[in-house]
Amino acid sequence: MMQFKRSIIGVFKPNTEDTVADAMDALKAGGYEENTEYEVLTGTPYPEGVFGEHEPKHTLFRYPLIGAACGFIIGLVLTSGTQLAYPLVTGGKPILSIPPMAIIMYEGTMLGAILFTVLGIIIESRLPRLFMGAYDPRITEGWIGVTVTTSEDRIAKAEEILGKSGAHEIKRGWEKS
Amino acid sequence: MQEHVQLTQTEVNDILLKDVLGMPKWWLPAVGFFLVVFLAGGAAFGYMLNKGVGVTGLNRPVMWGFFMVNFVFWIGISHAGIMISAILRLTQAEWRRPLTRAAEVLTVFSLTSALMAAPLVHVGRPWRAALWVFPYDFERGIWPNVRSAFVWDPSAVMTYLTASTLFVIIALLPDLAVIRDRTTGLAHKVYSFLCLGWRGTPRQWKLQGVAGILLSALVLPVFVSVHSIVSWDFAVQIGVEGWHSTIFAPYFIIGAIHSGVSAVATVMVVMVWLYKWDKVLTPDHLDSIGRLLIIVATIWFFAFFLEWVFALYTLEKPDIALRELQVFQHPWMWLFIVFLITAYFFPVPAWMFKKVRRNMLWMFITTISVNIGMWLERFLIIIPGLSRRQPFEFMWGTYHPSMIEILMVIATFAWVMFGMLVFAKVFPLIPLFDIKEGMVGGPHKIKIGRKEVPASIRE
Repeated sequence: MMQFKRSIIGVFKPNTEDTVADAMDALKAGGYEENTEYEVLTGTPYPEGVFGEHEPKHTLFRYPLIGAACGFIIGLVLTSGTQLAYPLVTGGKPILSIPPMAIIMYEGTMLGAILFTVLGIIIESRLPRLFMGAYDPRITEGWIGVTVTTSEDRIAKAEEILGKSGAHEIKRGWEKS
Repeated sequence: MQEHVQLTQTEVNDILLKDVLGMPKWWLPAVGFFLVVFLAGGAAFGYMLNKGVGVTGLNRPVMWGFFMVNFVFWIGISHAGIMISAILRLTQAEWRRPLTRAAEVLTVFSLTSALMAAPLVHVGRPWRAALWVFPYDFERGIWPNVRSAFVWDPSAVMTYLTASTLFVIIALLPDLAVIRDRTTGLAHKVYSFLCLGWRGTPRQWKLQGVAGILLSALVLPVFVSVHSIVSWDFAVQIGVEGWHSTIFAPYFIIGAIHSGVSAVATVMVVMVWLYKWDKVLTPDHLDSIGRLLIIVATIWFFAFFLEWVFALYTLEKPDIALRELQVFQHPWMWLFIVFLITAYFFPVPAWMFKKVRRNMLWMFITTISVNIGMWLERFLIIIPGLSRRQPFEFMWGTYHPSMIEILMVIATFAWVMFGMLVFAKVFPLIPLFDIKEGMVGGPHKIKIGRKEVPASIRE
């Protein structure tokens, strides 16, 4: 059965990056964990660290390598396998013709790398997210949101911190735990 | 110095989503027109399927005609999209921001046009093309022959099409969230589904940035391979003079970039005219692409010159005879003159002038001119090479395209325009988040000495 946690979002007016950074600091000082309990939502990419947040860690660079290896192997098996399965025997020529094999293997390698990269981007971005939790559509209009998802007993304190930090509005919601 | 119009995020959304959330008056008639033209081409294709390839102008010895010319042309156009997008992303050029998506979408639709031009119509019986590419008879153990260009081409083009499409989709996610937040009802549900629940966390933005760089780096080698392989369709054939050249791969690639970047510039001008995006797409952007075009066109011309030098330096009689045919004999000589003027000698000197580079109408005329020239270039590579009287040829002949072929060629142009217009109705053709990112931090100016100069924030 799906478990839910209480979630809130403090919505800050556009161009209040300093205020939001202060709110994030206050949440940290209040004992809340960044990323697991609170995070900032924006409608545009900001330079890293503008809100005092830590640089997100990811393993995206592994995905294209794995994909490339898979694509290369599939390309090799496909090209050598088909030539061996249906050999065109020509006097003085090898059964396996390397130059055309290299073309198909190259394309297979690149296709594998790209497919796995896209897969990696989606997985590492924590998408698809079927449950939006506390969210405000003004975020894509330039407002800045700070969400806090935590246990019921800690939510009131978070709400108070966001209110004191200058949030224009605080909305309540639920988040999948 | 870059012009910069500072807009709020809401203003950016208002300007760029106006025609996604609303319906411009001209949209339906324009899309209807292109659809009718495309369907006319479809009807011509149906007629050809019913009657056979005899209804085209193709005949021995010229078995490659308009369809193959069109195939190479559209593959060429498709190159610019990703080239512009990927190279400018990798180099973090600020002026790329409003161009990238239109260029990428142009890539996707030109590739589908290329696929229509060659595997679908050129082979006459398209289901047979599928049999050449895919294993079709497991019981008898007959497999596709990897030594055939018929297998190389689909593997390269399909890889490129898949990569370009995914590139567009990944970069669309944040913008789909904006439309989700601005719509209600069914549209809201559809866009909520399409944006995969995007929220705009630092992690998602970080991954979006890395994705742009990583996918660009991965797509660039594919882009190089695709037109190389298309050139090898010609170059690996030893029987046709003018085709069997080692310079063909780089020559085709730079030719593709020349025609493709020009097509992107044409699309930019049309976007400003149709959607009134002059606050986002400024003459500065045209100026930048104009400068890039001068360099690309000149490298292309150098490759073209070298291709001729390589051919003439051999002193092989058949090769020299082919060049004489192209340059001195009617009707090829007229086409050759038009090709040289439209592809290089008219646009490039024009682009030397700043007033031309910053003028929408002039950029439209010069870039359309390049693509007329580049279409003719492909025509002059393919047709004279095949129609030249070759030794031991039992049938001599030339090529006259039939109305069926002309209709199908026009249909591919209509398809690309139809596709671009439909895409721009459903999705933003300029990346909202990229434009907003360029505006983060206000009208970024820094003071150096006694002067304030524009600064830019690197992503």
